[in-house]
Amino acid sequence: MSQAANAPDVPPASTRDQEDPKVREEQEERLRKVWASPPGWRYWSDTNNTTVGVWYTATSFAFMLFAGVLALMVRTQLSVPENDFLTADLYNQAYTLHGTVMMFLFAVPIFEAVSIILLPQLLGARDLPFPRLSAFGFWCFLIGGIFVCGSIFFGQAPTSGWFMYPPLTTQERFTPGYGADIWLLGLSFIEVASIAAAVELIVGVLKCRPPGMRLNLMPLYAWYILVVATMILFAFPPLIAGDILFELERLFNWPFFDPERGGDPLLWQHLFWIFGHPEVYIIFLPSIALLAMIIPTFAQRPILGYSWIVLAAVGTGFISFGLWVHHMYTTGLPTISLGFFSAASEAVAIPTGVQIFVFLATCLTGRIIYSVPMLFISGALAIFVLGGLTGVMVAIVPFDWQVHDTYFIVAHLHYVIIGGVLFPLVAGLYYYWPILSDRRLSDRLGKIAFWLMIVGFNVGFFPMHYSGMIGMPRRIWTYPANLGLELPNLISTVGAFIFAAGILIIVFDVLRPRGKEPLAKRNIWNAGTLEWVADVPGEDWGIRSVPIVSSRYPIWDQPNFIDDIDKGRFYMPDAEEMKRETMVTSVLDAQPLQCLRGPGPSFVPMCAAFFLGASFIAATFHYWTAMFAALLFCVVTIIHWLWNATSVIPEKEEKDVGRGLSLPIYIAGPHSVSWWAMFITMLGDATAFVGLVFGYIYFFTIHTDFPPPDADGPGLLWPLVSLAFFAASWLLTLVSHRLLRRGRVSAARLLMAAGAATSVAAAAALLWGPWVTDLQPTVHVYPATVWLLAIWTAIHALVGTVMLGYCLARSLAGKLTPKYDIDLANVALYWHFAAGTGLVTVAVIALFPLAN
Amino acid sequence: MQLDNRTRDNLWTLISTPAVWGVHFLFCYFVAAYVCAPNTRIFEPIGGVRVAIALATLPALAFCAFAGIRATREWRAFRGDLPFDAPTAEDRERFLEFSTMLLAALSFVAIVFTALPALLVQDCR
Repeated sequence: MSQAANAPDVPPASTRDQEDPKVREEQEERLRKVWASPPGWRYWSDTNNTTVGVWYTATSFAFMLFAGVLALMVRTQLSVPENDFLTADLYNQAYTLHGTVMMFLFAVPIFEAVSIILLPQLLGARDLPFPRLSAFGFWCFLIGGIFVCGSIFFGQAPTSGWFMYPPLTTQERFTPGYGADIWLLGLSFIEVASIAAAVELIVGVLKCRPPGMRLNLMPLYAWYILVVATMILFAFPPLIAGDILFELERLFNWPFFDPERGGDPLLWQHLFWIFGHPEVYIIFLPSIALLAMIIPTFAQRPILGYSWIVLAAVGTGFISFGLWVHHMYTTGLPTISLGFFSAASEAVAIPTGVQIFVFLATCLTGRIIYSVPMLFISGALAIFVLGGLTGVMVAIVPFDWQVHDTYFIVAHLHYVIIGGVLFPLVAGLYYYWPILSDRRLSDRLGKIAFWLMIVGFNVGFFPMHYSGMIGMPRRIWTYPANLGLELPNLISTVGAFIFAAGILIIVFDVLRPRGKEPLAKRNIWNAGTLEWVADVPGEDWGIRSVPIVSSRYPIWDQPNFIDDIDKGRFYMPDAEEMKRETMVTSVLDAQPLQCLRGPGPSFVPMCAAFFLGASFIAATFHYWTAMFAALLFCVVTIIHWLWNATSVIPEKEEKDVGRGLSLPIYIAGPHSVSWWAMFITMLGDATAFVGLVFGYIYFFTIHTDFPPPDADGPGLLWPLVSLAFFAASWLLTLVSHRLLRRGRVSAARLLMAAGAATSVAAAAALLWGPWVTDLQPTVHVYPATVWLLAIWTAIHALVGTVMLGYCLARSLAGKLTPKYDIDLANVALYWHFAAGTGLVTVAVIALFPLAN
Repeated sequence: MQLDNRTRDNLWTLISTPAVWGVHFLFCYFVAAYVCAPNTRIFEPIGGVRVAIALATLPALAFCAFAGIRATREWRAFRGDLPFDAPTAEDRERFLEFSTMLLAALSFVAIVFTALPALLVQDCR
């Protein structure tokens, strides 16, 4: 940065007198300048979490309003029997898009958005560890979201419900047009954004806490985020695996879900719901986390049962992965299998209930202050408990058989999601608005909105229990008169509009100009947690100095806490070198480890997202040349991004961060944030791979002969040759890293080049096996599955080639040295996973058939 | 009270019992799915599967009991006081032990739940 060169020499932080107002003013000026959003149109290049988080939140709320309008269209259509307000096709598009947008463009992203704003504040950090990754995620989300939503204006929106069951969706004769492709590719693209956010948030919680914030002092919100982000990492990849199978069937006629050629439509249901059920908890837990922050404030006491909340969050996180088949009770699986999932579905009620009791106990033992956020929380608890109870009912197999795919389920899921997600979010909106915009939302409008919403909601959705019980199926365009459905449907429609009126009042309250109103007081609710140290009006720097924390509620318990932060008496009170910096600490006890430098504003993440989006959109319309061109541009942009902004060699080893503490600026290996990010990303990648292997094993279990007797590929020879090359690349990378650290740079470079070559050979040999044995992927599901595993693994080898080539170039450019070796350390980590993928693939496609 | 061989708790020990639940759950699901697919002889008894599930359940429960009891003993031995919010490594350890105990109890119950269908269902219907 040019500013760095001009900055005058500033003395080290430990030598400054923080009591001198002039010193503080200079520090503040530097911090302000470093963290400021760029002016003019360059504002959109900003990567600061406070800016990106606000864009993200506003965009997801906008998508929610869009999906809400679709819901009103659906309700209008159903208000009277045999209505023709919408055509059947538009009706199908409306409800499919309603569910899809609410789930993928509102419920999941809003959690990421809110966390990007709140998490650094809660952790006393200046920013998250990878601000440009957040920005990249946002732009992916925006582009993908507009693409998916926009389709309805061209009559091309998906029409088959938000879970897209094949064969309805995979065969052109049932679903002509681009709808299903838009759903699949648009959402796959957004899933990239979700996984990026998950990586960012996990590393943020584990590594960016303020000194002293041990695991037992972490705000409960951070616990929830840790659990939820980890869940995303294991829940989204199976859906990506499913999407790949699905798109290969739609675009290239590979028969994964076609029973005539050995496929099975149920496999999609498995993969979808392995994602889909955890997803319910992925959207529920972060909202409940808001309750865990808000309730102590208005009870004016610490949360009762901190450990119990941790139990609930972690327990739910695990058990929610054992529920997926309860969406598939009517698919004819054996009773014993249904029994396992029914048991888990009942078991998950235990940790979920524990949270509710913890909140109630905290309220009962505290001195409750009545306020709009608490009003919405009470509404949330009431509605959610009702939804939870019907959930326990539908977890029982025989009951579910009666109400499966009826409006009873529609009622159940809306009670759970509106009670468990939307009401807590509105509570959070009223609670946190003063941090976002320096002023309060109106209490009066809030109360009116609350009563409209709670009355409208119950009037709208309670009758659906009844209409479902008497047999109204989901997703019907219209219904005949005289079935007893007229009245409950009319009431539901009236309720839906009352509910929408409540939402509109909130929208008005948020958007109305309030220039003349006074600023809100600092820490207006007298809360105890770190996010409330933010001054009003807020500053872009996140926190004035990084505090030492010794309590769960530092503002309540630590004397003089806010003043010490304001006066810069804690760590990092300055930006001496005019660089964006934040502190990295250890996982268990949050001991300071590193002064991490983050990148500044840049258009590069936006460009990368644009090219990636372009390639997905081109694929939707089968423009293959455009797709590969866009993908190539995307890769080039990302390499440009990494080359210039990551693993930058600092001008000095250590930096004085104040209070006599010096921290290293550059750390490689398992203590570095990028090593963790690579590890976490590869866990997600491995999960997607497991999803594909699950497909192979699934086909093995449902067929008496798998591989089919006439299939003689991919043989033994070429897969084993490939495995040898995989092992060679892996070893070469590891040894090269070891040599580099010992200072033997030339030898290390030689091995990097050799590793890059052997990994190309590994990919080629792996693909040669099915090619030379003439496996035709369109003929039967067996060759299709073998090809898919081989291609997936070959791509991993080729990515490994690019990475090694990148490291070689970095080494030649002097950016990768024996001392500064982050790049190669991370690539070595990548190769552990890539070699594991190669091993499993060869074992499955070449060795497994021998065992038969 | 002195304890030998104390566990040094961390995030991995915390999640060990629900992870055991997960492994046990997947095992039960896969053996049942393997034996009952492609679902041609649905009235045949599946005694073997039920015995296998019983054999998997016992060590799973034993591990949860072991982890839970161990965590409880350590937490008690050091007279940890709720709510474990002191800014010390000891209180962090107590907090992890207490939470481990809670998760062990939840996992124990959930494993029993999972095993019940195998006790009650005799074939692949």
